[in-house]
Amino acid sequence: MTTLPLESAPPEAVVAASGGRPPGAAQRRWRIPLLIARRLIGAVVSLAAIVLFNFFLFNVLSSNPIRALVRNRHLDAVAQARLRHEFGFDQSKWQQFLDYCDQLFLHHNLGISTYYTRPVWNVVLDRIWPTVLLVGLSTVLSSIIGTWVGIKGAWERGSLFDKVSNGISVTLYSVPEFWLGLVILLFLGGDQVGLGWFPLGGIYDENVNPASVAGWINIAWHLVLPGLTLTLAYLAQYQLVMRSSMLDEMGQDYVQTARAKGLRDLAVRRSHVVPNALLPAVTQILLYFGFVISGALLVETVFSWPGLGLLTEQAVSSADFPLLRGLFLLFTASVIVFNLIADVMLGVLDPRVREL
Amino acid sequence: MTAADQTVAVPPVRGSVVWRRRRAAVKRTWLELWAQPQGKAGVIVLAVMVIDAILAPILIGGQALSIIAATGRPLQAPSLHYPLGTDEYGRSVLSLLALGAQTSLIVGLSAAAIAMVIGTLIGVASGHYGGWLDTILMRFDDWALNIPFLPLVIVLQALLGRGTDKTILVLGITSWPGTARILRAQVLSVKARPFMDRARALGASNMHQMVKHTLPNIMPLVLANTTITIAGAILSESTLAFLGLGSPSLTATSWGTMLDGAFTAGAVSRGAWAYLLAPGLAIAIVVLGFTWCGVALERVLTPRLPGR
Repeated sequence: MTTLPLESAPPEAVVAASGGRPPGAAQRRWRIPLLIARRLIGAVVSLAAIVLFNFFLFNVLSSNPIRALVRNRHLDAVAQARLRHEFGFDQSKWQQFLDYCDQLFLHHNLGISTYYTRPVWNVVLDRIWPTVLLVGLSTVLSSIIGTWVGIKGAWERGSLFDKVSNGISVTLYSVPEFWLGLVILLFLGGDQVGLGWFPLGGIYDENVNPASVAGWINIAWHLVLPGLTLTLAYLAQYQLVMRSSMLDEMGQDYVQTARAKGLRDLAVRRSHVVPNALLPAVTQILLYFGFVISGALLVETVFSWPGLGLLTEQAVSSADFPLLRGLFLLFTASVIVFNLIADVMLGVLDPRVREL
Repeated sequence: MTAADQTVAVPPVRGSVVWRRRRAAVKRTWLELWAQPQGKAGVIVLAVMVIDAILAPILIGGQALSIIAATGRPLQAPSLHYPLGTDEYGRSVLSLLALGAQTSLIVGLSAAAIAMVIGTLIGVASGHYGGWLDTILMRFDDWALNIPFLPLVIVLQALLGRGTDKTILVLGITSWPGTARILRAQVLSVKARPFMDRARALGASNMHQMVKHTLPNIMPLVLANTTITIAGAILSESTLAFLGLGSPSLTATSWGTMLDGAFTAGAVSRGAWAYLLAPGLAIAIVVLGFTWCGVALERVLTPRLPGR
């Protein structure tokens, strides 16, 4: 966690210390394009590996995909053979892989969902917006609150505020997200032992038009509990990352310089430490996009929020493997894209990051 | 200070001195762990869980899991006879809770064991040999770290089928990348120490260096990492079970399958609060216990992190 002094020194200083020439303007001009190109190539290789892995999982690892498809239903050998042919499982693995890549890259076809009997891509597109709404709102709320708590906690390290906020974060971290959702649902949604203030699930009531003002209010009403749960689930991550980043920065020499200049405490914090601590924290948060997905997956299941998470749960319970494969590809690819953004952002904005 | 420093003085001849020193280091580590409030709380939680996992099947017996023999009404409120109420089949939630510890513990320990073996092998090989092997392994590690964990385990479990043994396999083969990375860094720092130069100069083979010198020195970190991996595996098991990917057998109960049962039986709208709260609290306490142990152990073994 603690960076070595050598690593945090600007590249010029390192070059100077090793006796070399400081990099020329030309070199400096190429630093960012080179960095972006490097990251892009890395991301493309990762994506290719993901596609290969996806193929391996669903076409090689699952030994008898047809049996999984027809689970619980009796099918004679002829019908099974026909299905096998229809899905292309009777061809060689190599041919299957070529077909898969052809469909994916040239036709943007992720296959047909066996449960919805519609193209996977269309099913996924229908469900994307509820997830974006829920995850987006929770991310904004938890990042603002979590960052603020992290800054305050680190600044007053060891204080009651720091101890309490840290304790809450570690507890929230240990609690399964779906259970947090269940508890909130029980006490705020259920009317048996709870208050019954909010709906038990779904995105809007059947009798309202979602495109009207009343519909928006209804959606907002349904959004409260899943939003609250997800905000709490993400909160710990933001708080802990920001706090740790602040502590790293607070040990740096420039903080002492700022204090020695006679700056007031608040000024040191606002204009010196926080801006420097924010960057690593923000990028690290982008790197945790996989964590964001898993939170959404569980919370949507608990609150029957009709997004991609609930769709994943439905794909699992109905053994809809084409849909599951499409969702998995989408999740993994989005994580790689977010990582790419984080890496490039950090590289462009923070001169301390050297090539590689 | 720690086990790591004790083994610096390993003599070339195998002798009891080494073992005496290692025993002393283990004892000191234990005492330091016990001296920390977090460590103490963690150890107590773990001890209670282990005792429960061993004793519950003997004291309560499989009879409590039978749906046919269940005497209560479905989703009863807590009473004197059923301190935590009943589940949707009329079984006592308290009995289920006590019996569920076993599955969680077995899955956590076994999955962490698999993950630790893979992680240690990759971390040690990568750090020790360096060069192209290191590059390939760490690129692979990076890539594996990038795959979102929950979707990956869901897909694997769905493809392999349900069952406790398969959950162990799925969590074991997916939980190693973080460990491999941490251990590689530690191996590199051990490799730079003078006694490794001496071993090399005396003609020790790579295998000898890794097994006799590197491994004992990274063992404390492996241990600290294991407890944290166990915590993660227990949490993941309950998550998979909640999503309906737990063991299909009604007699293999776990805290995750209990929550799944409570949710699908409509415990929320029917107000069966004890059935909903108890398994989740149990998971949270045990995960917290393992995490505390891991953090306290890490603090004892790497004293350079004050105030974290």
